[in-house]
Amino acid sequence: MSKRVVITGLGVLSPIGNDIPTFWNNLIIGKSGIGPVTQFDASAYPTRIAGEVKDFDPLKYMDRKEVRRMDRFVQMAVAASLDALKHAGIDMSKEDPDRVGTYVGSGIGGLKTWEEEHIKLLEKGPRRVSPFFIPMMIANMAAGQVSITVGAKGPNSSAVSACATGTHSIGDAAKIIQRGDADVMIAGGAEATLSPMAFAGFCANKAMSTRNDEPEKASRPFDMERDGFVMGEGAGIVILESLDHALARGAEIIAELAGYGMSGDAYHLTAPAPEGEGAARAMKRALKDAGLEPEEVDYINAHGTSTDLNDKFETMAIKTVFGDHAYKLAVSSTKSMTGHLLGAAGGVEAIATALTLKEQILPPTINYEHPDPECDLDYVPNESRRVPVRAALSNSLGFGGHNATIALKKYDGAE
Amino acid sequence: MADTLDRVKRIIVDRLGVDASEVTLEASIKDDLGADSLDVMDMILELEDEFSMEISDEEAEKINTVQDIVTYIESRA
Repeated sequence: MSKRVVITGLGVLSPIGNDIPTFWNNLIIGKSGIGPVTQFDASAYPTRIAGEVKDFDPLKYMDRKEVRRMDRFVQMAVAASLDALKHAGIDMSKEDPDRVGTYVGSGIGGLKTWEEEHIKLLEKGPRRVSPFFIPMMIANMAAGQVSITVGAKGPNSSAVSACATGTHSIGDAAKIIQRGDADVMIAGGAEATLSPMAFAGFCANKAMSTRNDEPEKASRPFDMERDGFVMGEGAGIVILESLDHALARGAEIIAELAGYGMSGDAYHLTAPAPEGEGAARAMKRALKDAGLEPEEVDYINAHGTSTDLNDKFETMAIKTVFGDHAYKLAVSSTKSMTGHLLGAAGGVEAIATALTLKEQILPPTINYEHPDPECDLDYVPNESRRVPVRAALSNSLGFGGHNATIALKKYDGAE
Repeated sequence: MADTLDRVKRIIVDRLGVDASEVTLEASIKDDLGADSLDVMDMILELEDEFSMEISDEEAEKINTVQDIVTYIESRA
């Protein structure tokens, strides 16, 4: 029999908070983390707003030499991982390092480093490119540096699946525990691409909101007047453990990770498949893997990017999977508050979903003002809601047609 | 000499994240100051900028101690 997997620790850096209590409180009061871009001069870009992580001091987590060797996305992955381990009460000196693994991805990787070094290449020639350029830029380095920092010698890898990265990382990590290859996995995603090239690129494919005059209202998933996503940055890390290992050390269990499903659209490089058929298959697989009936699911943390097609097709996918129950369960997009953290989104949203199950409070979709006839589910508009939540899904859908869903359950004992 | 040493020290402290008091003339860059091969190459780039000179890979490989750096730079001045 495969092992049960539980979540015992959370670590977050996000536009709405750099610790779990702040993050959760802002989610349930419906606070937006979106504001004008301050990390570079965005005045020439159609989109000039983002969800920035404020007041992140990497020196609280590592020394100056380490900071210099890490792109911002890696610094944030390491910081969130250290926070998550602390939250889980895991003392690495008491663990068998070979049984603790790392699965932390990034959708894009060290783009800021890439841009800075490319300027050096053009202006000063190839000899001036830093020897740290490659190891700072490659997208797997969050997993590498986390394992080096904490001494985790178990399975070590990373997903790179655009906006599905965080969910793939957590789902794949859970499977590693289920098949017995590790007792503990540090899993999630990190992204820090508030940079000229990322903005130029996403503006060129018209994916981002241009509601620059009202930053806090720009991310408005499922609302009729949505006009694109708002880029965010951050890291979301969860500590996954086999139930046996968690019980043996007396850990507090936040939620159970019961199932994982993924699929490919095989359709288009950026657009989702019509009617969200790929997303529907990922959700179905996650339910089957978790042994859940659709009627047992009370909440879905949607991908909900605030783009026209995503929100429409994800809604259709939910109806395909849940039938009439689609109108009884609640759906919300926490991206309405955090913005879209790309490869970190699945990590941060797994945290939101786990806390939803623990606290039995649904975080809202803020900026929901104008109903869209094609988006007609209960999106928990604007205000959080206290209701019983037995099981929940978290969806992530990425460019390339990568779809990933995790199914979480309220932990109700070892039975 | 004093000026060169101060400038070298500042770069080493910044790049290797060590305390200024550790950067003695006898200190070995790798063994005492904890630099790996990437740190050494990164530090060489900084030294090249600071002293407006090019340090060949061959010369860089000969550098072991802080004194070696200072001596090399002074010889080129």
